[in-house]
Amino acid sequence: MASSTKRIPTQHIIGYVLSIVLTLVAAWVALKSNLPTLWIIVGILLLAVIQAGIQLIMFMHMVEFESNNGHIPWNMMFHGFVAAAIVVAGSLFTMVYGF
Amino acid sequence: MKLSEFFVTGEPLIYAGMVAIVLVTCAIVFLLTYFKRWGWLWREWLTTVDHKKIGIMYILSALAMLFRGGVDALMMRVQLAFPDLNFLNSQHYNEIFTTHGTVMIIFMAMPFLIGLMNIVVPLQIGARDFAFPYVNALSFWSFFFGALLFNISFVIGGSPDAGWTSYTPLAGAALSPGPGQNFYLLGLQLSGIGTLATGINLMVTILKMRAPGMKLFQMPIFTWSTLVTCFIIIFAFPILTVALALMTIDRIFGAQFFTLTGEGMPMLWANLFWMWGHPEVYIVILPAFGIFSEIIATFANKRLFGYKAMVWSMILIAGLSFLVWVHHFFTMGAGAFVNSVFSVSTMLIAVPTGVKIFNWLGTLYKSKIQFTTPMLWSLAFIPSFVIGGVTGVMLGMAAADYQFHNSYFLIAHFHYVLIAGTVFACFAGLEYWYPKMFGHKLNQKLGKLSFWLFVIGFHITFFPQYFLGLDGMPRRLFDTAPEWFTLNFISTIGAFGMGAGFALFVLNIYYSYKTSPREKTGDSWDGRTLEWATPTPIPHYNFATQPTVKELDAFHDMKKRGETTYDESKLKPIHMPNYSGQPFIMMGLLFFSSFALVFEWIILSAVFLVAVLVMMGIHSFDYDDGYHVEVEDIKRTERQLRGLNDEHTGS
Amino acid sequence: MSTQEAKHTPLEYQTTHGQMNILGFWIFLAAEVVLFSTLFATYAVLFGRTADSPLPSELFGAEIVLIMTFLLLTSSFTCGIAIHNMRQGQVKPLIIWMVITLLLGLGFLGFEIYEFMHYTHEGATLQSSAFWSSFYVLAGTHGLHVTLGIGWATLLIIQIVKRGLTPVTSQKVFIISLYWHFLDVIWIFIFTAVYLIGMVV
Ligand code: HEM
Ligand SMILES: [Cu+2]
Repeated sequence: MASSTKRIPTQHIIGYVLSIVLTLVAAWVALKSNLPTLWIIVGILLLAVIQAGIQLIMFMHMVEFESNNGHIPWNMMFHGFVAAAIVVAGSLFTMVYGF
Repeated sequence: MKLSEFFVTGEPLIYAGMVAIVLVTCAIVFLLTYFKRWGWLWREWLTTVDHKKIGIMYILSALAMLFRGGVDALMMRVQLAFPDLNFLNSQHYNEIFTTHGTVMIIFMAMPFLIGLMNIVVPLQIGARDFAFPYVNALSFWSFFFGALLFNISFVIGGSPDAGWTSYTPLAGAALSPGPGQNFYLLGLQLSGIGTLATGINLMVTILKMRAPGMKLFQMPIFTWSTLVTCFIIIFAFPILTVALALMTIDRIFGAQFFTLTGEGMPMLWANLFWMWGHPEVYIVILPAFGIFSEIIATFANKRLFGYKAMVWSMILIAGLSFLVWVHHFFTMGAGAFVNSVFSVSTMLIAVPTGVKIFNWLGTLYKSKIQFTTPMLWSLAFIPSFVIGGVTGVMLGMAAADYQFHNSYFLIAHFHYVLIAGTVFACFAGLEYWYPKMFGHKLNQKLGKLSFWLFVIGFHITFFPQYFLGLDGMPRRLFDTAPEWFTLNFISTIGAFGMGAGFALFVLNIYYSYKTSPREKTGDSWDGRTLEWATPTPIPHYNFATQPTVKELDAFHDMKKRGETTYDESKLKPIHMPNYSGQPFIMMGLLFFSSFALVFEWIILSAVFLVAVLVMMGIHSFDYDDGYHVEVEDIKRTERQLRGLNDEHTGS
Repeated sequence: MSTQEAKHTPLEYQTTHGQMNILGFWIFLAAEVVLFSTLFATYAVLFGRTADSPLPSELFGAEIVLIMTFLLLTSSFTCGIAIHNMRQGQVKPLIIWMVITLLLGLGFLGFEIYEFMHYTHEGATLQSSAFWSSFYVLAGTHGLHVTLGIGWATLLIIQIVKRGLTPVTSQKVFIISLYWHFLDVIWIFIFTAVYLIGMVV
């Protein structure tokens, strides 16, 4: 990735600023806005997913072709998050809402 | 704690077990000392990182566990043969069905298959070892000590007795006090770590270490099934890890996850358990599918019919296996909508399974079948597994399941899939790859006799159980009623037939060791895949030169072109890892830590845990990176194994 | 691969062994995603099951959680800078940034311990109800990971000091950086799903 040859780690700085901003927005939405609770929950979870993506791509170099590992890292992470969604949503569905 | 509480007392059968254990241990110690084999044991086996040896240790342990689980099974069948028999009391019966189920799934089926994967997968892809041989040794010892921990419960502390599913609240601290349930939790936890590590290890091995040219869709089907299984392991085992940890914290540190107090939720355990549990049943069946596919293709002398469809159906099964878990508790009280959703997803899984059945039949169609023992197991598998699958679909209909659930119908179903699927595959795979592992085949006559005994015994045992279930006999019942007598009695007779079949199988190992002719070539069955390209016995580096793969069934292809895995002009020094005693010691310490935790000696447990962490830290500073096998050594080994003279210069 | 290419390939990817270790670690992280998701599922299902103990909205405080979040976010950033330096072959800045990362991690842990003690004091303990059990185990598992990460990274810093940057050491440092960023990812979800939602509902 280009950033490894540059002196100034622009990617990291952008990523850092973005994550701080996203955190503050999430906190503001949750604590200060007057949106309906459901909207808040969906909204801040969405922000969290975006922020996780930033970490994975900008900090962790998840897609980096020099690694010679092709698409396996992001593929496995992607399926990990799919499995995570199944586990969380599935548990809520069967144990709480579908009861 | 008093000594009489530490050891299990008051049961004649258990005293007999203790005596047997002491005698066997003494015999082993005596033999090792008498033949001066302690050093050999340490150097060649306990410290090994060679995938072939680790595989053999897996299989030996799994056979021992099959024996233990089998004895449990026979005891249960004896108790159920006649109404009102007092061979086992209710408590003892509960303990035995619990250990039987747990041992068979966790400590028999999985390790057996993982053992075969260990030996075969690197060979099939033309690799020289696992991606992480050291971790592979760690995995084995974690399984071994996990199994040991679980098994000693019957003489020390008392066995768990809440079923292999360990449903709360029964399995919680309030209703199951004492160490028994802790043995279950920590034994599984310890071996589960190793399983997860193996999953990662094999996945990296398959993805990164294939012989040059081998594309994913040119991999042998058993390797494919292993890759898909690894995928399931990686995403399912962490769920079990957490579920076990939560119950452990409940029981030992007083948390309220699955309790009846503090607004805990006992049903959550069932949910978490089956989110792992259903994928788990596919972890033990997909490799079996892979084994049968290899064997059927070899002995039908044909390329596997519908290879791509086979692979995609496995991938589909793996995906669906994460979406059906609720079918194990349709009756727990979730709404009709929930049950309907999972009913549909369950029935969907039968579709890719059916595809596979037709592909095996397609491979057999119009082929010249060689009826070897491994092939017999594979042929018996197809119709038997269909019965298991069809009854599975019946169970998958939520409304009907209210009738079938927790009856002998269910018992018959899962034995039809697990025995006709997994156990047949283990036997078939062992007999098929046996010459690769030990340099001689298993005797076919005895093998076939043991096959017939086992298979006929199997159907006699479990077919009646469908009808017992329909007649209303519940599972986990220690005392039967007269109206179920006949079918139960038939079932017990069958069970002894299976026992005899297994005994003959083990006897055959000894008999063949004495009498079978030694293998002269590495290609015992006119095989199609790369494991048969190596000489027998396999040199520790597997392949002197890595073959270049051009198509599926790589070795078949190489034979046509007259190539081998030994090309003297291309020899280079081979890098190999060093053996290490650390995995054994580290997992041994973890065993003691877990053992202490079973008895809730928390400080002692922590001390051992810290010791493990310290060892890991020390290992981190260890920059040992193995050694090289020199070209001259390779030449000498290969020439000897391949019976070449000195002038010969490769092909 | 040609020497030209090798020049641009970061050290940690230059040997097949390094590549495999990194790949294996990615797969391990995928398993960790599922591990934490099971804890999140447990937390979600047991949400509201507080029995007689305090409600989360009574105890969770926005300030302390935001401080913890910023500590961890910053540590993730400094860890990224350390790797950036490593890829330029600068050992000294690498070590300095790693040490800063660990100090921030320690700060995070300190606040977490303080927080747990505070809640316990208010009557919300591991034993008091299903909800609090799931809270402590979820947050505690993350905290335990952070603790292990600090110990592990310390060992690696010593190795870097002793051996400098080689394909092996840089691969090890790269892996710990993955681990550290990953813990930040998990924390983002704990921050959102546990604390923010706990304060809203
Ligand atoms: C066609 C595919 C299959 C279907 C539709 C199916 C369906 C089911 C259903 C609905 C149950 C729960 C019944 C109840 O508790 O009332 C069940 C139980 C079970 N199945 Fe299957 N199954 C299939 C294949 C398999 C395979 C391949 C295996 C393992 C190799 C397996 C192993 C088990 C086990 C161990 C249980 C019982 C667990 C227990 O309660 O102790 N099944 N199956
Ligand atoms: Cu199932």
